[in-house]
Amino acid sequence: MQFGALKSVSELDITVNKGEIVSVIGPNGAGKTTLFNVVTGIYTPTEGDVLLEGKSIAGKDPAIINRLGIARTFQNVRLFLNMSVIENVMAATYAQTKSNIFSSALGLPSSRREEREVRAKAEELLSFFGTRLTGYRWEQPAYSLSYANRRRLEIARALATNPKVLLLDEPAAGMNPKETQEITEVIERLRTEKDLTILVIEHDMHVVEGISDRVIALDHGVKIAEGDFDSVATHPDVVEAYLGKGSADRK
Amino acid sequence: MSEQENLGIGTDEWVAQHEKRLARRAGLLGVLDLLNQKVSPTIRYAILGIAAIAFGLFVHDFYLQRIAANLGVFLILTLGLNVVMGFAGLLDLGFVAFFGFGAYAYALTSSAQLNQHWPTYLSVPAIVIVTAFLGYLVSLPSRRLFGDYLAIVTLFFGQVFIQLIISSDSITFPGREESTDITGGSNGIPGLDPFVFFGYKFKGAGDYYWLLLVILVLLIIAIIRVDRTRVGRAWKTVREDSLASQAMGIKVNNLKMLAFIVGAAIAGLAGTIFAGIQNSVFINGFDMPLLTLIYAAVILGGSGSIPGSILGAFVMSVLPEILRVQNYSEMLFLSVLILTIAALGKSWKKFAFNISLVLLVGLFIKVLTSALNIATTPAATWAIAPVSKVLQHWLFIPQNRLLWGNVAFVLLISLIAYYSIAKEKIKLYLLPLIAYVAIFVWEDRLVIEPNTTRQLIIGMLLVVLMIVRPQGFLGKTRVEVL
Repeated sequence: MQFGALKSVSELDITVNKGEIVSVIGPNGAGKTTLFNVVTGIYTPTEGDVLLEGKSIAGKDPAIINRLGIARTFQNVRLFLNMSVIENVMAATYAQTKSNIFSSALGLPSSRREEREVRAKAEELLSFFGTRLTGYRWEQPAYSLSYANRRRLEIARALATNPKVLLLDEPAAGMNPKETQEITEVIERLRTEKDLTILVIEHDMHVVEGISDRVIALDHGVKIAEGDFDSVATHPDVVEAYLGKGSADRK
Repeated sequence: MSEQENLGIGTDEWVAQHEKRLARRAGLLGVLDLLNQKVSPTIRYAILGIAAIAFGLFVHDFYLQRIAANLGVFLILTLGLNVVMGFAGLLDLGFVAFFGFGAYAYALTSSAQLNQHWPTYLSVPAIVIVTAFLGYLVSLPSRRLFGDYLAIVTLFFGQVFIQLIISSDSITFPGREESTDITGGSNGIPGLDPFVFFGYKFKGAGDYYWLLLVILVLLIIAIIRVDRTRVGRAWKTVREDSLASQAMGIKVNNLKMLAFIVGAAIAGLAGTIFAGIQNSVFINGFDMPLLTLIYAAVILGGSGSIPGSILGAFVMSVLPEILRVQNYSEMLFLSVLILTIAALGKSWKKFAFNISLVLLVGLFIKVLTSALNIATTPAATWAIAPVSKVLQHWLFIPQNRLLWGNVAFVLLISLIAYYSIAKEKIKLYLLPLIAYVAIFVWEDRLVIEPNTTRQLIIGMLLVVLMIVRPQGFLGKTRVEVL
């Protein structure tokens, strides 16, 4: 991926297997979010390809890529702030539902039934986070949520699109230790209960250690290490990327 | 973020304010609040509907019927724009062109202009479909655009429409010698056929009123339903964050096009009825002033709110009519003035002080001027309405009304500007002075030009409302970036 003369991500070859949880780490500006944007179609890669289940999806419309089974959250939380919590989740079922403007306007039974199903699904997804996003919170506007709850709601919204692969961009950012612990468990549950393949960008090494089957470290758009958490965390290139040149030797 | 976290786990701003939301406000506002909570939307719409039916049954005054029919057309337009701008968040400045297209299309298919006299049940649906298609065509180049860019492009379409209508009065078709007059240019098309349904020929605004009422009921039900379901939600996601919307599998461009098409169809429908009521079409009715009024109605009521659109349309189309009558406008002016003093004073004591000071200032000036034998305008020439007949014993009106009115107008604006930055102590004495000058300006200058005054008052209303309540009368508080 290249912006003008700036190579943001280059010669990056990443494979994620079904049912795996893979963490992407790296210092700021390493190209982690760019990687997500390329995968989800927000950027079209200038070179290379993105394959989902063996089929190329590079450069497709973000909406199409989502419909093919890749959902994401955003680093800077992009909720539909002026819609209610439950509407945020219900809106994300758009691609799987059918009622059009006429059947809605006429209030046809099919449209009403669909509406009930969508609501039930949204309620179920929101209850995935225990009592954090249930009950009276359903009807309150998304902007009134705390930062941590916004991150949870964004995950619920992504789940509503029925993804096969979930990309989480810093899910634990801005959370306190208790909440971080909670989100770590949630990510693990997402895999087992929702049968998801998960790719996570995360700076909190406790989370990375807790969830990852595999860790990939990036720096300057290049993969510098890959493997289980321990091997990557002690890899000299990774230490150097985070702490500066020579740090690994001194240690 | 840290501020919110400090409230403790499970407690955010919303929860913290829960008590406050439940607490009843004191006084008259509290009663209104309580009513507001107790009366369900269905009942409100029902009351509105019954009032509308009662109006249709018992009011036979031609002028009032005409105002009501125009309000109906304006309501359809406001609801249509609310879909495009309020729901989907598209700044469509070409909206009024679809209204014009509907009107002209009806004129061309139901007049001697092209010698076409289509039956109403055929022409109106056909025109709505064609206008929707036109909306589709306009949306094709606009579908990738947002905000200001979209506004520029659609503004251009609106102007193109006007130019096309004006210049289509002499078109030479290949193979024909003389040119054909299609749209009548700036002279418009007069003498349109009235609507005819099942052999019943519409006779006047009263008949269109019932048609409009039926259409409005159906339209409001349809829009409420769409708003609450799949498409309505998707439109709102486009408005809120189109990138996130796309990432959630929503085809943003298609939804924007759909909003355009629906808006165009609604505006086209309004256009046909408008043409029917007017019996004629003129291009200057479909230009910027109307567009501004529709936008003002949507924003005034609260963008995205259906009851808000209805209220906004009422205010923007009925208020100017009320202000036409000097008596009403005068009373409205004085009551707003007194309410402003009450609102700024914040206590009954201050209010009484201010009002008595206004009266004293007036009396003092009146006594002073008569003692000095300064010539006045005889009361008979200016005190027409009941209110001014009372005022004539108190207010000093100099001989050269225009001149002193103009001077006082400038003084008034300067005083208000100074008031906004003055200290509390000065404000207390400044307010009565401003009030006196305002009444002086009103009777000396503003009543002489009712049309300008109307615009001025509506403009002021908009300015004040946007400062006090930016979300509009019934709009929800919106948060742009947090």
